[in-house]
Amino acid sequence: MTTAFNPGDAVQVRRGSPPGHIRTPFYVRGCKGRIERIAGEYRNPEELAFGRFDAPIVPLYRVRFQQNEVWSEYHGNPRDTLDVEIFEFWLEPSNPEKT
Amino acid sequence: MNAQQTNETNPENAASGTYYQFLEISVRELLIEKGVLSEDDIRIAVEEMDSRGPERGAQVVARAWVDPQFKQSLLQDAPSAVKTLGLDIGPLQLLVVENTPDVHNLIVCTLCSCYPRTLLGLPPDWYKSREYRSRAVREPRSVLREFGTEIPDEVEVRVHDSTADLRYLVLPQRPTGTGHLTEDELSALVERDSMIGVTVVLETGF
Repeated sequence: MTTAFNPGDAVQVRRGSPPGHIRTPFYVRGCKGRIERIAGEYRNPEELAFGRFDAPIVPLYRVRFQQNEVWSEYHGNPRDTLDVEIFEFWLEPSNPEKT
Repeated sequence: MNAQQTNETNPENAASGTYYQFLEISVRELLIEKGVLSEDDIRIAVEEMDSRGPERGAQVVARAWVDPQFKQSLLQDAPSAVKTLGLDIGPLQLLVVENTPDVHNLIVCTLCSCYPRTLLGLPPDWYKSREYRSRAVREPRSVLREFGTEIPDEVEVRVHDSTADLRYLVLPQRPTGTGHLTEDELSALVERDSMIGVTVVLETGF
């Protein structure tokens, strides 16, 4: 499997709002996090939802976000995290120095 | 959101005769009429689903508590480890996350109600509620407190949003003072909610 990202890489979720069956929650769009692990590869569910059963196979990652990065008013330990499964085409590289 | 969506397609308002209920009945009747499935096939599948509870998950947890090698393989490759217990979980992509003195894990599916059904049975209603799904990611510590679970500030809370193909099971911490218990006695201590991460396992009754 060829993947664009490796565990530890800094990534940012695209801010897209396409219509349809989207598995990237709205609340993490635009957020910066790090690849926690590569979670395998699956047919793109956004295509499968429309009956395209030969949809392209795409890598899936678990991306770890700091809660403070996702919610500006987060209460709790600053090390608290939120892990979300995100398909590769939703991710862009992010410069960790700017996070 | 228009009025039709609010009333007919919102699963929180699943009163009698919603859009999705009619859709389910129509598809089911068509499948039977066309001979794809029989009524018995559907009844057996529903009964099997209803009869499944969290016992299998508890069995996995208890084994991990007594067998460090099993625990290690469970955390590395849960589907293979679970199969060595003779449990058939089908094609489930399972990930087991471990609670430790420093880390507490909590599972949610904000987009729908993804849940490790083959190990825990059907999800409880609150797991599917809009309130749990929206608040567990945003204010997990408050949600935990409402379940009677106080997580100390210095412990890291890790929320896992089950958004795609993985399903999660929390491996709770083994309660202290249970060194004398057998594996079966330990599994009896493990309740469903502790494997979702909203509670911790307490040593009770022994």
